[in-house]
Amino acid sequence: MINERMINALVLAGLLALPLYALAVDEPFTITLVTRAVILALAAVGLNIVLGFGGMVSFGHAVFFGIGGYAMGILAYHAQTYSTLDLGLFTTEGTKLMPVIWLVAMAVSGLVALIIGLLSLRTSGVYFIMITLAFGQMFFYFAISWAEYGGEDGVSIYVRNSFPGLNTLVPIQFFAICFVILCLVLFLKERLRASPFGLALNAARQSATRAETVGLNPMRLRLVAFVISGMITGLAGALFADLNRFVSPSMFSWQLSGELIVLIIIGGAGRLMGPVIGACVFVALEHFLGGLTDFWHVYLGLILLGIVLFGRGGIIGMLTRTEGAHV
Amino acid sequence: MSDVVLSTHNLTKRFGALVATDDVSIDLRAGEVHAIIGPNGAGKSTLIQQICGGLKPDAGRVELVGRDVSSLTTQARAKAGLGRTFQISQLCMEDTVLENVLLGAIGAGGSPWRFWRGALGLTDMRERAQAALHRVGLADAADIRCANLSHGQRRQLEVAVALTLNPRAFVMDEPMAGLGADGSKQLTALLDGLRAEAPILLVEHDMDAVFALADRISVLVYGKVIATGTADDIRASDVVREAYLGTEA
Repeated sequence: MINERMINALVLAGLLALPLYALAVDEPFTITLVTRAVILALAAVGLNIVLGFGGMVSFGHAVFFGIGGYAMGILAYHAQTYSTLDLGLFTTEGTKLMPVIWLVAMAVSGLVALIIGLLSLRTSGVYFIMITLAFGQMFFYFAISWAEYGGEDGVSIYVRNSFPGLNTLVPIQFFAICFVILCLVLFLKERLRASPFGLALNAARQSATRAETVGLNPMRLRLVAFVISGMITGLAGALFADLNRFVSPSMFSWQLSGELIVLIIIGGAGRLMGPVIGACVFVALEHFLGGLTDFWHVYLGLILLGIVLFGRGGIIGMLTRTEGAHV
Repeated sequence: MSDVVLSTHNLTKRFGALVATDDVSIDLRAGEVHAIIGPNGAGKSTLIQQICGGLKPDAGRVELVGRDVSSLTTQARAKAGLGRTFQISQLCMEDTVLENVLLGAIGAGGSPWRFWRGALGLTDMRERAQAALHRVGLADAADIRCANLSHGQRRQLEVAVALTLNPRAFVMDEPMAGLGADGSKQLTALLDGLRAEAPILLVEHDMDAVFALADRISVLVYGKVIATGTADDIRASDVVREAYLGTEA
């Protein structure tokens, strides 16, 4: 029988080997494609903490993806136009430094997650889905009407932001940054899962009554998970915008929120590498089938249908013959 | 009385015109098993809910070790020392037996706000959890997934989780539910020993278990306590016989 650790190791090895091979045969587009999968995986890893561990089906995680994107877009826009960004309390000239952009993206995402979480975690089930969707739409339409940063057209960044000691314009170097971040976050996620917090969060998903009767506060556990989750997806958003050197309201779209959920379900909810496998499948389908037909989502839908009907543990669950987290 | 651990005072709860809990004052003293019996719909579960914090009474109060806990949440009451078990098992089915008891130890004794260290590596919590498993006879099953446990083992695990809280009082809602004669006998023996650690407020339908365990029995009918006394008192009481036990008792 195949065990989950083997699958995890294989997937990570594959994600590393493919761009290196592409580098050797000089196919930079493949590297960019894998980078895209890595970043989407990172965004879904963030959502998986809420969805897989906490059992909260957030249909608004594009909010954090978009915030990360706009954090990058706004900071880089002011840096490239030498204009001043007035934040009331202080002003800044923007920055092209990735680590600073990431910190800002995560801080703002975390703060917004705290506010959205406080309001939406009072509900559960369908109401939670709807309220998170509503927040997503609010941000989407706000971004569309935000003329200062391109409105519907978004913001283009001429040169990819910089990372000390690296040339981020070289695809393999930018890939390396994203891959290292993904590995770090996966490591943190695994620590989190096995920690007392992870145990308590998982218990609150399986039985809130149980958690309460041993003196735990399910609402507070979920809120903290929501904030951590938002920060990770926000970081992914900043990287995604940097990959494309472009940010637009589409990063806030509900389709994206839905796709992140689909990625997790395809890979396996609550699993360490579930979102990563899901993202790889998604990007592969998008690339290969997307080249043949505009309606490639039909095939994605068929795969999703098969997994939901025949294996609740996603691809990992089917390979290891174990069930995933019940959400 | 100084040895009263848990008590309700004039607890009243109405659902519309229905009085589910009618001026109920009962107490649980150190070292005893106090059983609450009554026909279906007598308001036993409603009463338990109010004691444990799931329902807010319309009037009256609940005291735990001399402290008014009426306004506390379920989780605060658990921390104050109320160890509850459920009629329908409330366990984490995807987790192992050890993880289930560990959750209790973490919730009551430690803190869930640790994100880095592994939960299974917390030696003090783990020892507390394993001691509870040992106490209920599940030490060998520690690594089994809860979903794979037998019904009887799940009932034992419920008790073990409550034990990890180091409770001042147990509140058990039909712990024998669904158990066969053997399982029921086994659990009765376990509860019999537990009363030394903390007194047990026991809601139960299994009359053999009730009469074997209870130091005192209160009979609840239509939300009202119609009699409280020893097993013999209750057996001899005409009121009770009429209202509940029928002619066979």
